Amino acid sequence: MTEFLQLAFQGFSLGCTYALIGLGFVVIFRASNVLNFAQGAMLLVGAYLISWLAVDVGVPFLVAVLVAASLLTLGGAGFQAVVLRRVTGQPPFVIAMITIGAGIALVAGVEAIWGPEQRLLGDPWGSSSFQVGGVTIGWVKLWGIVVTAVAVAGYFAFDRYTRSGLAIRAIAGDEEATLSVGVPVRRMHAITWGLAGALATLGGLFLAGFPGAPQPTLGDAALRAFPAIVLGGLTSPVGAVIGGVVIGIVEVMTSGYAPDWTGANFYAVAPYIVMIAVLLVRPYGLLGRAPAERL
Amino acid sequence: MTREPAISVRDLTLRFGAVTAFEGVSCDVARGELFAVIGPNGAGKSSLFNALSRVYQPDSGTVRFLGEDFLKLRPQQLAGKGLARSFQNLGLFPTLTVLENVLIGRHHLMRAGMLRCGLGLGRAEEQGHRHAALEALEYLSIADLAGTEVQLLPYGHQKRVELARCLAMEPAVMLLDEPVAGMSSSERADMTELVRRIHRERELTLLLVEHDMGMVMSVAERVMVLDFGVPIVTGTPSEVQADPRVIRAYLGEELQAA
Repeated sequence: MTEFLQLAFQGFSLGCTYALIGLGFVVIFRASNVLNFAQGAMLLVGAYLISWLAVDVGVPFLVAVLVAASLLTLGGAGFQAVVLRRVTGQPPFVIAMITIGAGIALVAGVEAIWGPEQRLLGDPWGSSSFQVGGVTIGWVKLWGIVVTAVAVAGYFAFDRYTRSGLAIRAIAGDEEATLSVGVPVRRMHAITWGLAGALATLGGLFLAGFPGAPQPTLGDAALRAFPAIVLGGLTSPVGAVIGGVVIGIVEVMTSGYAPDWTGANFYAVAPYIVMIAVLLVRPYGLLGRAPAERL
Repeated sequence: MTREPAISVRDLTLRFGAVTAFEGVSCDVARGELFAVIGPNGAGKSSLFNALSRVYQPDSGTVRFLGEDFLKLRPQQLAGKGLARSFQNLGLFPTLTVLENVLIGRHHLMRAGMLRCGLGLGRAEEQGHRHAALEALEYLSIADLAGTEVQLLPYGHQKRVELARCLAMEPAVMLLDEPVAGMSSSERADMTELVRRIHRERELTLLLVEHDMGMVMSVAERVMVLDFGVPIVTGTPSEVQADPRVIRAYLGEELQAA
């Protein structure tokens, strides 16, 4: 029982990080039908910026996180405004290729500046933990859950209760109609990229927390969050969060309970099996929906 | 007329390469007038409409809109300047609710502060917008559908939602692009009555682009007829209906000869 609870906690914590990453994908996708393949690289950059600010520059950790998140917000919005705006109207495939290129460039840039070795994150938690009924609660994991809850709540409040949130939900429906009611569509797209940047920073932060570390392969986790968003539905923020948590728990539970004959890395495969099983029943994911007629 | 017209078009021309969509179009739409543009298929109605909603940039000519140089405005600025438009094939957001579809029409009237609203400090303002949106829905007798997703509604109701959004934008001028296109005859009669009622009760300038002769003749105060991109007659419905050039444009030379 203790082992089960331990794995459940770890799975939930990992799932929260996947939820942050998945939300970053969904925020952009549902406004523009663009799958941002640079999301993984963005969270890598986020983690390295935090590490650099906290360790090398030496600012307090909270300040490092806020500055890094702000920089990625501006970077994301800037990338949309300067690069993607020029390819508006191109097929989503073209834009996806641009994001792949941008992702490769970002990863290469991080390696060029900081080298291929692991770095210290500079967080105040490290490997510290406490015990509750035999279950080890890592501080960084607990904070991951808390921060995810706050970020997700903040995002949903933005989505539901602000005029920009409403406008962004509308854009995917019909761009020309959104313009006709006075919504600056380009600015809204830039906002979605900014949000994705901020979410990527937080995702990167907790991926790089103990037992992880800032290292060039960190962004690969975005690929592991992928089954989460497909599972939840590419257009559904709620789906991304639920999918993220489910995939995190599946992954950790599998690594704990899968019999030996399944091999050492079965935990990495299990999320995809769950994803495929769900897609067989619900082709657009748990909460996703068939695309509207006009795209 | 002492007041400046709501819309004043002079020598407006739009070409796509070698194809002329319309040429030398001039007209004045007075404030509060219900002005219609009609013409056979391919006469340039929709192109003119799109030029007047800043989707197409005309090649030459001028448009004054409530005293401003219309062709300098950007599409997303029009709502704030008092222009609302409907779409021939609906410009709704299918996955949003009816109320949200109408509420977004008030985007330009909402204060920018995303933080303020997010923190709940804009509650009174939000209530005001919600109230205005509901009122527009009530005006069009679809308030009971406020919570329904738009994509689940029949076409006639979707058209009403679009009209409600236009009203909620609190415009001075409304552009309606073929409001009865694709409708059954009873829906058509309803929509015609709605347009007439909106014009009568809301003190709006209405510019209607429409294919349906019957509809236009029963609601419009003045009509401009386009044929092959050129305005051939402008006048009251009865003047226009009696004009041989209009009959020729609609029925064709051969039929008339026969």
